[in-house]
Amino acid sequence: MSLPEPIQRRDTVLDPWIDTYAERTHGLTVSAVRALFSVANRPEVVSLAGGMPNIADLPREALGEAMATLIRERGTQAMQYGSGQGEPFMREQITEVMAEEGIHAHPDDIVVSCGSQQALDLVTRVFCDPGDVILAEAPSYVGAIGTFRAYQVQIVHVAMDDAGIVPQALREAIATCRAVGKQVKFLYTIPNFQNPTGVTQTLQRRQELIEIAHDTGILVVEDNPYGLLTIEGEPTPALRSMEDERVIYLGSFSKTFAPGFRVGWALAPHAVREKLTLAQESATLAPPVFSQFAISTYLEQFDWRGQIQVYRDMYRLRRDAMLQGLIENMPPGTTWTHPTGGFFVWLTLPDGLDSQAMLPRAVSARVAYVPGTAFYADGMGSRNMRLSFCFPTPERIIEGTRRLGEVLHDELDTMRTFGIGITEHLYRDVTAGPGPDIT
Amino acid sequence: MSSEIGTIVVLAGGLSHERDVSLRSGRRVAQALRDAGHSVIEADVTSGLAELMSGTPDPVVFPVLHGGDGEDGSLREVLDLFGVPYVGSPGPASQRAFDKSICTPLLDVRKPAQVALPNSVFRELGARALVEAIVSRLGLPLMVKPNRSGSALGCTKVERAEALPGAMVAAYAYGEMAVLEEFIVGTEVAVTVVDTGAGPRALPAVEIRPRSGVYDYTARYTAGETRFICPAELSDDLAAQCAELALSVHVQLGLRDLSRTDIIVSDAGPVFIETSVSPGMTETSLTPLAVEAAGEDFGRLCAALVRRAHERGPTGVRS
Repeated sequence: MSLPEPIQRRDTVLDPWIDTYAERTHGLTVSAVRALFSVANRPEVVSLAGGMPNIADLPREALGEAMATLIRERGTQAMQYGSGQGEPFMREQITEVMAEEGIHAHPDDIVVSCGSQQALDLVTRVFCDPGDVILAEAPSYVGAIGTFRAYQVQIVHVAMDDAGIVPQALREAIATCRAVGKQVKFLYTIPNFQNPTGVTQTLQRRQELIEIAHDTGILVVEDNPYGLLTIEGEPTPALRSMEDERVIYLGSFSKTFAPGFRVGWALAPHAVREKLTLAQESATLAPPVFSQFAISTYLEQFDWRGQIQVYRDMYRLRRDAMLQGLIENMPPGTTWTHPTGGFFVWLTLPDGLDSQAMLPRAVSARVAYVPGTAFYADGMGSRNMRLSFCFPTPERIIEGTRRLGEVLHDELDTMRTFGIGITEHLYRDVTAGPGPDIT
Repeated sequence: MSSEIGTIVVLAGGLSHERDVSLRSGRRVAQALRDAGHSVIEADVTSGLAELMSGTPDPVVFPVLHGGDGEDGSLREVLDLFGVPYVGSPGPASQRAFDKSICTPLLDVRKPAQVALPNSVFRELGARALVEAIVSRLGLPLMVKPNRSGSALGCTKVERAEALPGAMVAAYAYGEMAVLEEFIVGTEVAVTVVDTGAGPRALPAVEIRPRSGVYDYTARYTAGETRFICPAELSDDLAAQCAELALSVHVQLGLRDLSRTDIIVSDAGPVFIETSVSPGMTETSLTPLAVEAAGEDFGRLCAALVRRAHERGPTGVRS
């Protein structure tokens, strides 16, 4: 056995730039919760966590041939730089897609983006200064919260229930913000099959929301990636189909075709569109050109409406499996939403349970979900979780709910053992009251 | 060069809560070995493991698995069954080291007072009386940890008795057994022990100073969140005591090739906290820092460990 020789001392934090990063990067750290999701990729684990579209049913052989032809015959254009606003033919075709939801738009008012995520980034960049307020549903899409945080925006959640945003809560949030001198830059909302709750705003709520936007002069950013994926009942008209001056509409091909192409868009009032185009040029020069050619080819040569119907039928089977599995396996006191489309169910746990704290137990039981806290900017949501039904097979979804049920029973048992109750936990149900005091 | 020491299979990933760390450690070790001129296969632990071993010519495994089967000795027992040589401690020694409720009582070193209790005991005997007894016995603050976990996952420093039940629930989320230890105040250091054939030797102690004050998961794996000083700012005498403690732990537990012992240097001297047979090898981990601080090349050290495993050959199945 030997002891170390004396050597010169090294003093390091392993990152020489630690004191030079922008303030907005604070919080970009490794987290144990995020690391746990690494296990979710293993086949032994039923992942009800990710929101990956299931694209196995795409006609891949035919698509491959079409892509080969595209490169052979139009490759010099398709693989070249393109327009910062997006290719004209793409914007033309996007109007056809939006017409499916009753939106009538001019191709000139569309800016193509690298997925709708980048469109949201551009909108936030164009409108928001640090400290401005963005209103968002409680809870809201985790990717949007990340984008807003990157611009050092204050996110104020607005209560929602099974019919969408609560109008009175929205009015109060706007009034409260303004009373303390805060600039409300826009309301961010996902009206259809909301991520993470799966809730769809009713037509009446949408009309009230538009009315509030008029009354208070606020802008609405309507994010609608799942709008064409109705699996039960009739689709509800998009906000943009009811109002074109106060709504910026974000669309995407990620769920109706395939996410790997990374093509989305923003439809905005003319003056805003100009700003977004300039912002897009400075960000990327042009959105992915080859992807636009590829998607255009798909829309021209394939039965894309039929493919969306295939997707709907496939997701309906999965949604039904999820709801059945929850009925069979969840302990008393658990409630969940009933999505009529999209990818997600929002679960509210029995009193006292904390979805983030019990995630390691779930990973040990080979089932994964996203804790509700991910969808709040204010630390709420510990009593909730998002379950995705989009990717696993119906059989795996049932098995996942069975495993999750056991995890909940075990965790409840442990909580009872230690006499831990509701008072130690932050949570907000989807039907809970108004958002936090932003002052 | 690889034929000299067989085909190196770096095993990383697995199904433990530390899979992400393991994948990062595995990539680092594999790249270091490649940079040192060796051909390396990187593999996850899957049902294809037997096929991988039988299909690889002259394999030597470098397990870089943290937590669960990769660190509790199970995988090493499997490698013994397959007759494949590997870097690191054999199964029984790994099991002794990994399970905090077994390891700490076994060791004849300065160590914290510890109580290890399964969840079921609280359920059967009632939590209130036990919680009171624990606080009375260990005092406050105290540490609550899962008995089979690393990277500080599920660990909580409890300052008030009312916070103890919550900390217990957090620990039991990682497994059925938890350990409670008296909280040791002092300087946090880690000492890596390596043995490439000339007997175990301690590398310089690395001192850990997390910016947040707590060396939790974020502080461990986010560059910039922790200040590392190597060798630790200790007197020569204390540094030697830390090294001796780590070497003693390595020997007492029957560890082999590589271990890292975490120590708190208290007013009374160095106190053992825990040891790992599969120390982290990521960009922010302590062992690569210690290797570098010792003036050694990380890739060469990894290769030397592989060479030693190759020369040693398979560990026999226990009879």
